[in-house]
Amino acid sequence: MTLLSTAGLTRKFAGLVAVDGVDMAVEVGSVHAVIGPNGAGKTTLFNLISGLVEPTSGSIDFNGNDISRLPVHARAGLGMARSFQNIRIFSAMTVLENVLTGLHSTITAGVGAIVLRLPGFHRAEKTAVERARMALELVGLSSKSELLAGALPYGDQRRLEIARAMAAHPRLLLLDEPAAGMNPAETSSLAALVRRIRDAGTTVLLVEHDMGFVMDISDAVTVLNFGRRIFHGPPGAIRQEPAVIEAYLGKKMAARLAARKDGQKAIAP
Amino acid sequence: MLSQQLVNGVLLGATYALFALGFTLMFGVLRVINLTYGFYFSAGAFIALFATRQWGFSIWLALPLAAIGSGLIAVLLDWLLLTRLRAKGAPELASLMVTLGAVLALYSAMTLLFGPDIRRLPPDVIGADALVFAGIRVTQAQFLVVGTTAVLVLALVALMRGTRLGVGIRAMAERPDAAELMGIDTARLAALVSFLSGFLAGAGGVLIGLNFNAIQPYMGEQMMLRGFVVIIVGGLGDLRGALIAGLLLGVIEVLTAGYLDSGLKEAVAFAILVAVLWTRPSGLFGQAVLRRA
Amino acid sequence: MTYPPWLDDFLWTYQNVIHALGINGLLALSMYVVLAVGQLSLGQAAFMGLGAYSSALMTLKLHLPFFVVLPASCVVPALFALAIGVPTLRLSGVYLAIATIGLGEVLRAIYLNLDVLGGALGLSGIPQRTETWMIYLLLIVAIAVLWRVGHSRIGRAMEAMREDPNAAQVMGVNVQRYRLGALVASAVLAGVAGALGAHASNFIGPNEYGFEPAVTILSYALLGGIGTPFAPVLGAWILTLLPEVLRGFSDFRGVFNGLIIVLAVLFLPNGLLALRMKRRAA
Ligand SMILES: Nc1ncnc2c1ncn2[C@@H]1O[C@H](COP(=O)(O)OP(=O)(O)OP(=O)(O)O)[C@@H](O)[C@H]1O
Ligand SMILES: [Mg+2]
Repeated sequence: MTLLSTAGLTRKFAGLVAVDGVDMAVEVGSVHAVIGPNGAGKTTLFNLISGLVEPTSGSIDFNGNDISRLPVHARAGLGMARSFQNIRIFSAMTVLENVLTGLHSTITAGVGAIVLRLPGFHRAEKTAVERARMALELVGLSSKSELLAGALPYGDQRRLEIARAMAAHPRLLLLDEPAAGMNPAETSSLAALVRRIRDAGTTVLLVEHDMGFVMDISDAVTVLNFGRRIFHGPPGAIRQEPAVIEAYLGKKMAARLAARKDGQKAIAP
Repeated sequence: MLSQQLVNGVLLGATYALFALGFTLMFGVLRVINLTYGFYFSAGAFIALFATRQWGFSIWLALPLAAIGSGLIAVLLDWLLLTRLRAKGAPELASLMVTLGAVLALYSAMTLLFGPDIRRLPPDVIGADALVFAGIRVTQAQFLVVGTTAVLVLALVALMRGTRLGVGIRAMAERPDAAELMGIDTARLAALVSFLSGFLAGAGGVLIGLNFNAIQPYMGEQMMLRGFVVIIVGGLGDLRGALIAGLLLGVIEVLTAGYLDSGLKEAVAFAILVAVLWTRPSGLFGQAVLRRA
Repeated sequence: MTYPPWLDDFLWTYQNVIHALGINGLLALSMYVVLAVGQLSLGQAAFMGLGAYSSALMTLKLHLPFFVVLPASCVVPALFALAIGVPTLRLSGVYLAIATIGLGEVLRAIYLNLDVLGGALGLSGIPQRTETWMIYLLLIVAIAVLWRVGHSRIGRAMEAMREDPNAAQVMGVNVQRYRLGALVASAVLAGVAGALGAHASNFIGPNEYGFEPAVTILSYALLGGIGTPFAPVLGAWILTLLPEVLRGFSDFRGVFNGLIIVLAVLFLPNGLLALRMKRRAA
């Protein structure tokens, strides 16, 4: 069964086609990876799915609804959550408050209940705090719930972002380069976390450059290059796909040539 | 008479356009709504006032002096208030607030120094007799307004299109990060853009002071409403849009005063601002990029 | 309401200052509400003026009782807030700031030019209906409501959208609705403050709601900070008392209040009371 699918999804930025007619289907209960060279349009694809960027054309279907024109917050309400490539936690809030923010639309108390401190308010807050603590436990941050989020070390901030996204038990979790900047030990514990998330019933769509990680945990892979989908299938089939090899090798050659030209400024693929 | 009113409207609109050009240039390149802008306008008028009254300069000397003086004030204020925030990459509302506080302090200080009263340029600073073509009267002051605006607009266009500096400015307006990478000295460019804006505002202050023969510290503040209307209707950061919108606003104001009530000028201008925000917030002429939240 | 004699004396002697402290406190709160969602409205003085003029007209022309006039004084400011807020709040913050400064300027021109509004002379002979207790009751209620809203999911959402509106939206926060709600609430607070001021002072004029008051209200909130609703009120009180305490200060008030904003933004981004509220229930 398909949870998320895109059809002809396209986004242009002033003359540049960042995402170009992408068709993609994400199966319920799978871990689906999107890979591709730098600038291939992966983050733009995530922004289109979560609604931060509007499509130039094409459509997005989520759980049977056409969400292409739905505002961002409403997509969250349908069970979509995400993390960002450059960490975007609320650094002036505590860790627990960050996760509570992720529960915003599940807390039902209205303005009246809040101002009058009706029993409904206290009940809703209590449930939310319990759920937030569960999410922190999932990522192993329980002991740091009262710290300021901005004061956490990098790896913890990444995990906090996942906890915040997972708090409301979304149907779909989008992770944009969750392993970036992690050492091998952290990466493997992240892989375990992603599996736990999938086993708890959340479908995961992730962008990652770490190929070992991708091969290890994904059930399906989509490869983008210059905004276009050049491959779609099980991870085992990637190595045989000439288009993918060319995209990566071509990129590497270009990077090597550029490195020879301007001295040291080699850009790692 | 309609044709006389249209001419008056274009003449008035020319000063609005001149005023708004610097404002929108500043926003387009530096990405800041710099509210000290209105102060350059007042400063220009006061410099011209002193140059003509105290030192006996002619208007031909006082006008460029005032423009250059205001330009330098703009550079100084930008440096004092905004370099720090720019370096930090502070949010645009922080810069807006700093310039807001500064401009209140500046107007208040100016009022303490010079008093709130309306002052006038010497009566003989420009000839009083009007020229009449085909029944349409144009005063010499109005001629000066249109002439100066035309010269400054042409010079600005030449600068932006024809020089390396202009290319740098446009590069910075479009992609500030890329401009930095291309080796453009953004700090110097910021100073230059501030100077240009201050120059345009200062010249506008002298011309309005001349045209309405009234100079007082808060005159720049009172001009800001027009500035806002023009830069929104023209599209934030859009020079061509500001030029057209400025002329249009002048005509609309003159017609409002002629056919409705002169007390409604500001209300009509503001209604246009709000209507554009509702319908086409990126401006009527479609070059500016809409800045979303 | 009757007060004990010593209090009555005190209130009589310092009545103007006491009223100003309460009303400026309400204005500071109206600024706080907007800043708390990461927006900047420079229309607080304009909203106050709309409340003042509309309430004065209701009293003078329609002879309505004050208990009707006071709550009704928020209607016109709220409508203006909607007309400006709906189109601008989906855009970058500079649009709201620009439109609200413009609102202040245009209203001043309208007050000056419309005869019903008294022109440059303003409206005078407004009966004194405002009692000190009304001002302070409203101030306390406003602080209590804002405190409680701040300590809830709404408060968390507000802080989140102040820090990163896109991330907040991804969390399911309807950023636009909160912004609009905040702007309308702030217009309501400012409008009521305007009505209280108008019925405390007998006279209102176009210059009381112009550029300088608009900036001054911002300086209250920036001096105090926006960590809790007490902070902006404290800022308002300091800046209201200074000219009373320091002789000859009032000439320099504009310079001083303007510089407060410059210094606060550059060097004191969290205000004097750099506290922030914790929003966890138990
Ligand atoms: N808001 C924007 N405005 C203009 N161009 C953009 C914008 N966002 C992305 N782009 C461009 O679109 C292209 C795709 O960018 P995107 O961030 O989606 O790539 P990516 O695959 O995520 O790359 P990376 O691996 O480096 O994260 C790039 O050329 C980028 O410069
Ligand atoms: Mg990316």
